[in-house]
Amino acid sequence: MTPPQDQEPELLHAFTIAANDFAGAGQVSIAVKNLLKEVGFSAQCLRRVAIVAFEAEMNVVMYGGGGGLSVYLAPALVRLVVEDQGPGIPDLDLAMQEGWSTATPEMREMGFGAGMGLPNIKRNSDRLEIHTSPGRGTKLVAEIILT
Amino acid sequence: MPVKLAQIASWLQAEVLSGHALLEREVLLAHAADMMSDVLAFSHPGSLLLTGLANPQVVRTAEVAGIRAVVFVRGKRPSEAVTLLAQEFDLPLMTTAYSMFDACGLLFAQGLRGWSLPEGRA
Ligand SMILES: Nc1ncnc2c1ncn2[C@@H]1O[C@H](COP(=O)(O)OP(=O)(O)O)[C@@H](O)[C@H]1O
Ligand SMILES: [Mg+2]
Repeated sequence: MTPPQDQEPELLHAFTIAANDFAGAGQVSIAVKNLLKEVGFSAQCLRRVAIVAFEAEMNVVMYGGGGGLSVYLAPALVRLVVEDQGPGIPDLDLAMQEGWSTATPEMREMGFGAGMGLPNIKRNSDRLEIHTSPGRGTKLVAEIILT
Repeated sequence: MPVKLAQIASWLQAEVLSGHALLEREVLLAHAADMMSDVLAFSHPGSLLLTGLANPQVVRTAEVAGIRAVVFVRGKRPSEAVTLLAQEFDLPLMTTAYSMFDACGLLFAQGLRGWSLPEGRA
């Protein structure tokens, strides 16, 4: 029998993330959480997926000029693919450092821009890939193993 | 230490803004932050969140992080839209006139703890 990890995840849902919609920002991640709640796995996994989705969604709203978030599901794995066609991240190593941020004062007033988003995403993912280049946008692929 | 929300409201002389029917709910520990990434990184599920921010992201962050109730400090009041969002998530909201420091100090003095102390995590 093939271990469940080897099964290619299937697309469950693709969401659109609106640009600069600060009032609505985060609602896609709540929808992701609700979607996966129905699938039914541990509260701890659900929380990790929701945190990854939420931080990634905030980045797409704040910096990416809008984009998309797709949820893929395999028996033992959730994969989130979060993409935008924004300015990209010039120095990814720097951006991954806790505390590094180009957030505006308005973004900080909203409670974001502590430079902890990407580190939070990394901490809550079992596998993380970020593809980005200046002027061509950013694609983040995060996988969470279900327990 | 598990504490009922009704007790929290009384200690902080807080006005309940949403979740009036949920005040028997207990919080296990508390987290104070104005940065939502800090809540997402460090708070534990089952916590009370004290914050000086009152925007929709506070409510969404609470839902994502498993926060059981939110106290707005310094008399901060969310908009009607934020209160409605909280009702959707069954998230009790309250507001206290105390500053962040004083609100936290009052709750600590009553025995509530945060995650960085062993008693908080117990
Ligand atoms: N999707 C994105 N597009 C462009 N830049 C981004 C994107 N995501 C993150 N960044 C850059 O990386 C920095 C660090 O991101 P993050 O760790 O989420 O912290 P914060 O959002 O608090 O600044 C951001 O300030 C921004 O400069
Ligand atoms: Mg961020």
